[in-house]
Amino acid sequence: MSASAHSVIEPSATSKRVAGAIVILYAVITMIPLFWIIATSFKTPPDSIAYPPKVVFTPSIEGYCNLFTTRTRQTAEYIQSLPPATNFCDETTRKRNMVIAGQSNFLPRFVNSLIIAFGSTFCAVFLGTLTAYGFSRFKVPLADDLLFFILSTRMMPPIAVAIPIYLMYRELGLSDTALGMILLYTAVNVSLAVWLLKGFIDEIPREYEEAAMIDGYSRLQSFWKVVLPQATTGIAATAIFCLIFAWNEYAFAALLTSGTAQTAPPFIPTIIGEGGQDWPAVAAGTTIFLVPILVFTILLRKQLLRGITFGAVRK
Amino acid sequence: MAEIRVEQLRKEFGSFTAVQNSNFVVEDGEFFVMLGPSGCGKTTTLRMIAGLELPTSGRILLGGEDVSQKRARERDIAFVFQLFALYPHMNVRKNIGFPLLAQGMQKAEIRKQVEEVARLLRIDHLLDKPVSGLAGGDRQRVALGRAIVRRPKCFLMDEPLGTLDAEFRDLMVHELRELHNRIHATTVYVTHDQHEAMAMADKIAVMNHGVIEQFGTPQEIYDRPATMFVADFIGSPPMNFLKFGATLARGDRKVGVRGAEIVIPELREDAGEAEYALGIRPEHIRFDDASRLRGAVYGAEYLGTTQIVAVETADGMLKARVPADQTVKVGEQVGLALNGARLSVFEKASGRALRTALHDEALRSHAHG
Ligand SMILES: Nc1ncnc2c1ncn2[C@@H]1O[C@H](COP(=O)(O)OP(=O)(O)OP(=O)(O)O)[C@@H](O)[C@H]1O
Ligand SMILES: [Mg+2]
Repeated sequence: MSASAHSVIEPSATSKRVAGAIVILYAVITMIPLFWIIATSFKTPPDSIAYPPKVVFTPSIEGYCNLFTTRTRQTAEYIQSLPPATNFCDETTRKRNMVIAGQSNFLPRFVNSLIIAFGSTFCAVFLGTLTAYGFSRFKVPLADDLLFFILSTRMMPPIAVAIPIYLMYRELGLSDTALGMILLYTAVNVSLAVWLLKGFIDEIPREYEEAAMIDGYSRLQSFWKVVLPQATTGIAATAIFCLIFAWNEYAFAALLTSGTAQTAPPFIPTIIGEGGQDWPAVAAGTTIFLVPILVFTILLRKQLLRGITFGAVRK
Repeated sequence: MAEIRVEQLRKEFGSFTAVQNSNFVVEDGEFFVMLGPSGCGKTTTLRMIAGLELPTSGRILLGGEDVSQKRARERDIAFVFQLFALYPHMNVRKNIGFPLLAQGMQKAEIRKQVEEVARLLRIDHLLDKPVSGLAGGDRQRVALGRAIVRRPKCFLMDEPLGTLDAEFRDLMVHELRELHNRIHATTVYVTHDQHEAMAMADKIAVMNHGVIEQFGTPQEIYDRPATMFVADFIGSPPMNFLKFGATLARGDRKVGVRGAEIVIPELREDAGEAEYALGIRPEHIRFDDASRLRGAVYGAEYLGTTQIVAVETADGMLKARVPADQTVKVGEQVGLALNGARLSVFEKASGRALRTALHDEALRSHAHG
């Protein structure tokens, strides 16, 4: 695109600087909570509740030790009688008159989150792609009404149906199962996926598939070999939206999971330390919780940036 | 390669009829052009032959076999789309080899055939390039390569030169015809450009509003247009029309237009009393001061060897093609003489051409082969 397509009037240096300052200020403000969480995860428990809050502190990974372990209080004599500590976590725990008793539930909860979020994202995108392709390429009777109906499932907050779903899941034996959560998140996300992907697939000219079908491929083969490779941008963008929802979802997870299928969001706030919340451990859990979505987004950021314009940018 | 036979082919979209009972035969190895203005149903006809659209009624026979209800991939034809439809996620080699892959051909064999076709089209140096960076003409060649590589029963092309710029188009017209002369593939080519059609076709079907108005060789279509639409659509400038009312009967050799007696090819049918139009190609008009058909020169368009002179007559503007060295002055009164042996007579209401001695000639030349 040429310069003339943007603006006739080149912004002055001052207005550029002001605009830059506003952007930076905004970025800093939105990043503060994030920095705070990450900083807290590296504080010791006393530092984390110090008043006034400590901005400069000696970093420690005690929060991470506490996140992954459970500990029991022991007498000083007993701790003395133990063989010397072999790692940092053992050492800090003993300093607080405790010994590591075992692994905490964080890792299994985190794995639950991974399985449920990625599983439901896969299902939603898979179903969404096929549905969107169908709506885009075939004469579906009442297509407009069906599409509106699909969209209308998003019109009320999902939590409005919490009680019926709770009862249904209890009857069906889906409460506190990964399958139940995957089904639920898929159901919520699939309407978004259908709508986003229909836009992307509409943008792909039919001639490509027609050419492939004339060249000897079946419709399914043409879809697989010609349509899908060109829809990757849209699929990536849709997948990120679905993943972010499923990964962060708290309300249903808190309601429907409590044990084996519990995801990280309802688990993290329940991490209890000696005499109240163990803030560094909670912050450590949150920090680790941020990583997968960050990695996924960075990996797909090129597609995401292109996809977010909803097909407005041509390949 | 195979003959294509289309019988009573019809396509309706809801209440709209896009193609009305088309009939034509494309002989084995023939280059057939469907010509007509935008929206006349050319693409629809082509898509039905390809199997991308099912006909409402009628039959399509490929090499004698009825394929009307078969899927596109079972018909063994190749299609070149207007926008080429090159797969953007594959390079040139993969694009050309894609149809062979569908047949389950061995990798090495695909490679060999793709390279052979690429040499034929002079794009062998582009084989490993992505298609996105190619120039229009090269995209066109890749699309052709993908069509040729499979050696299909026939080629269908939908305005394949439509997006190229004018200069390049002439080059590709030449290249396409040359390619056809070499491989003799039965080809159906769709265009709205009469120059392309005239330059390439063995046979032309002129379509309008879903109806084939005329089917014939470029010469037949130019010299003996079957309808006023064809006469007007073909030729630049198009055929001139002089309107007159008369009672015409078999054997008539003259018509009267505003007192001027004009010689026409002998009529071969009784037409009765009606409004008629005399159809005159610009090159069949010359200046003759003795003529009673007169008018004032309105303007001249110089074309090098010839010039087109517009003459304002009492019956409207007539355009004459005369030698470029003839001097004409705007405003000058001139007499116009018509070449009586080459005129067409149309019934104005239906637009149909009356049978005249002009058509005997056609019958004779047909009989001679
Ligand atoms: N799928 C469809 N549904 C409804 N109407 C259609 C459909 N496809 C084509 N038509 C209509 O049929 C008519 C003929 O279309 P077609 O594409 O065959 O024209 P064409 O001769 O190829 O024109 P062009 O030169 O513009 O490509 C047009 O009026 C078009 O609007
Ligand atoms: Mg068309």
